[in-house]
Amino acid sequence: MIGPHLLSAADLTREDAVGVLDTTAELASVTDRSVKKLPTLRGRTVVNLFFEDSTRTRISFELAAKRLSADVINFAAKGSSVSKGESLKDTALTLEAMGADAVIIRHGASGAPYRLATAGWINGSVINAGDGTHEHPTQALLDAYTLRRHVRDADGIGADLEGVRVVIVGDILHSRVARSNVLLLRTLGAHVTVVAPPTLMPFGVETWPCEINYDIDDVLPKADAVMMLRVQAERMAGSYFPTELEYSRMYGLDSRRMDLMPSDAIVMHPGPMNRGVEISAEVADSPRAVVVEQVTNGVHVRMAVMYLLLGGAPSGTDSEGREG
Amino acid sequence: MSETIVLRGARPYGEQPRDIVVSDGRIAAIVDSGSGEADRIVSAEDCVILPGLVDLHTHLREPGREHAETIESGSRAAALGGYTCVHAMANTSPVADTAGVVEQVWRRGIECGLVEVRPVGAVTVGLAGAQLAELGAMAHSAAAVRVFSDDGLCVHDPLLMRRALEYVKAFDGVVAQHAQDPRLTEGAQMNESELSGRLGLAGWPAVAEESIIARDVLLAEHVGSRLHVCHVSTAGSVEVIRWAKSRGIPVTAEATPHHLLLTEELVATFDPIYKVNPPLRRAEDVQALREAVADGTIDIIATDHAPHPREDKDCEWAAAAMGMLGLETALGIVAQVFIESGLLDWRSVADLMSAAPARIGRVAGQGQPIEVGAVANLAVWDPSARTTVVADNLASRSRNTPYAGLELPGRVRHVLFEGRMTVNDGRIA
Repeated sequence: MIGPHLLSAADLTREDAVGVLDTTAELASVTDRSVKKLPTLRGRTVVNLFFEDSTRTRISFELAAKRLSADVINFAAKGSSVSKGESLKDTALTLEAMGADAVIIRHGASGAPYRLATAGWINGSVINAGDGTHEHPTQALLDAYTLRRHVRDADGIGADLEGVRVVIVGDILHSRVARSNVLLLRTLGAHVTVVAPPTLMPFGVETWPCEINYDIDDVLPKADAVMMLRVQAERMAGSYFPTELEYSRMYGLDSRRMDLMPSDAIVMHPGPMNRGVEISAEVADSPRAVVVEQVTNGVHVRMAVMYLLLGGAPSGTDSEGREG
Repeated sequence: MSETIVLRGARPYGEQPRDIVVSDGRIAAIVDSGSGEADRIVSAEDCVILPGLVDLHTHLREPGREHAETIESGSRAAALGGYTCVHAMANTSPVADTAGVVEQVWRRGIECGLVEVRPVGAVTVGLAGAQLAELGAMAHSAAAVRVFSDDGLCVHDPLLMRRALEYVKAFDGVVAQHAQDPRLTEGAQMNESELSGRLGLAGWPAVAEESIIARDVLLAEHVGSRLHVCHVSTAGSVEVIRWAKSRGIPVTAEATPHHLLLTEELVATFDPIYKVNPPLRRAEDVQALREAVADGTIDIIATDHAPHPREDKDCEWAAAAMGMLGLETALGIVAQVFIESGLLDWRSVADLMSAAPARIGRVAGQGQPIEVGAVANLAVWDPSARTTVVADNLASRSRNTPYAGLELPGRVRHVLFEGRMTVNDGRIA
């Protein structure tokens, strides 16, 4: 049983994670029907509290909550307390006063969802929708779900990812996606390798439950899936790599490199993509790239997380009562 | 003729019980326990008596941030912690970079009358690291500044650091360096380690401290000046300082109680009460600091008492201010870490927390040994008491103690400042 919050991929045991993926599969089959809505969260209020612009993640959560019939409020907190806007605390107290049952928070500061969950400002569930360079657990869940659909049979109910080989390439240092994926995929039994220039590897990465490689060509032939991370141009200013062109040459995924991969291996990307930098247009548009499917799965995974955290049962009963 | 006081049955440095007779601001006599006579008899049986503590590193926040601390509230906190002298750091608003500001701080300290407030002068104008402040004017002011520091910021420019070290020789001053390479610590949030990588918090690598200390001890050797290193926090820094001392370089160093007790694991709570600069380090660093204090590589314990208003800690980690309260808990932590463990005796503690900081700061009336004729700056410590830290009970105007709920050994019973009782039975007299 997960909850009351989802702050880190490390919060989940293998059983929990498989449970979320199974619930996702069930909900996905429901939303394939013509009437996409379930009444599960009717009367519950879910707040999308976004301190960073991230239209795609916000929309994904919003859609997920609406398909569960929750009332959804989008709170775009322009300017966090870092930039002297309203403080996180006052925002939290406001949402609490309005009766939010769950707060989905995206924040530029690592650990902000922990403060929200533990400082005593609110009582509802907190779902981490990405905090600084720390974690993004629902992204890891949607990636795991996408992987399972491809490496196991159709819906893969009950399956974990034991023995699946996943390569994550890019700015591991600044990536919350990488952190959550390394934790979750390992929990599910996958074998993860992270690839990046040494400057973009986190300090102490050798203690992480994954392999480390600086050479993408070395690891592609054995990968079941390759996850490409967005590399931001401003990293050049920090001297993490000399030029975008050199980065692309050494770590970008183009057709030549894709051909090194086993024929059934898939290419993933959390988006938004920098075409021509970490991923070439040919690869991004190839049938092996499952980027669009990841987006679809993201909605279903987030439905499952809210469903489980807010007291819905997989049978889909209408749950009005709020937990003490 | 002022009131005469006898401290009855107190044990100087934890040794044999004596009566200490205080008259006209000085120790008039030290006689057999029970035989001292005075206008006022203060019971101090079984208590350890130490020279009044001297803090070389205190942030009193006045002028400019009186909502966090004032010279008055900071003086109370200091007295209750057993201190009779504090050095008020220069990062106020306005910065203490002129004779006018340091005299204002100094005078306000005298008005409060609870501890001797020694202003620290800024090394550079506005702490901007670009141009030397009027160090001579501050030295020759009524405040007679001897310690200069841009604390909070590092005097990073090597040429400016060299000049500052040279210049203060004219008045026997010392530069107290906040050793932090600014480029290596841009945006730094915690110790750089496996944990910072996992938490996704920008790291503050040990080398950013150690490289500056290495440079500064070589500069101090080259120009023949004294150097003091603030809040040493890493095992590597200890090694550099140990090496420098073995070469005879006139360097002194301080460690804070929090770096001697707490480790970076606390950061995993994301509770900014544990956010401090330099950051909490690994257990290995804490161990190295303890050994360095015990073997004399580190000369003094200094608090880096850094009050912050509630809103500066009641927020997310990255937005929070760096710093912790320290004055009222320092002696209890030292007692736990060094006395209870048997690493040090009370004479050594008296040196670390009183005599040595007074020597480094050139404060004549402080840190004197407990002997007839010495200025009566004395702290009476009850080692049998246990004290649980309660943030709301602290005298500081701020509440940012990382020790709330922690039980520490001992309690400050009484404090005499220049022969007057400033603390009586744990309360401001």
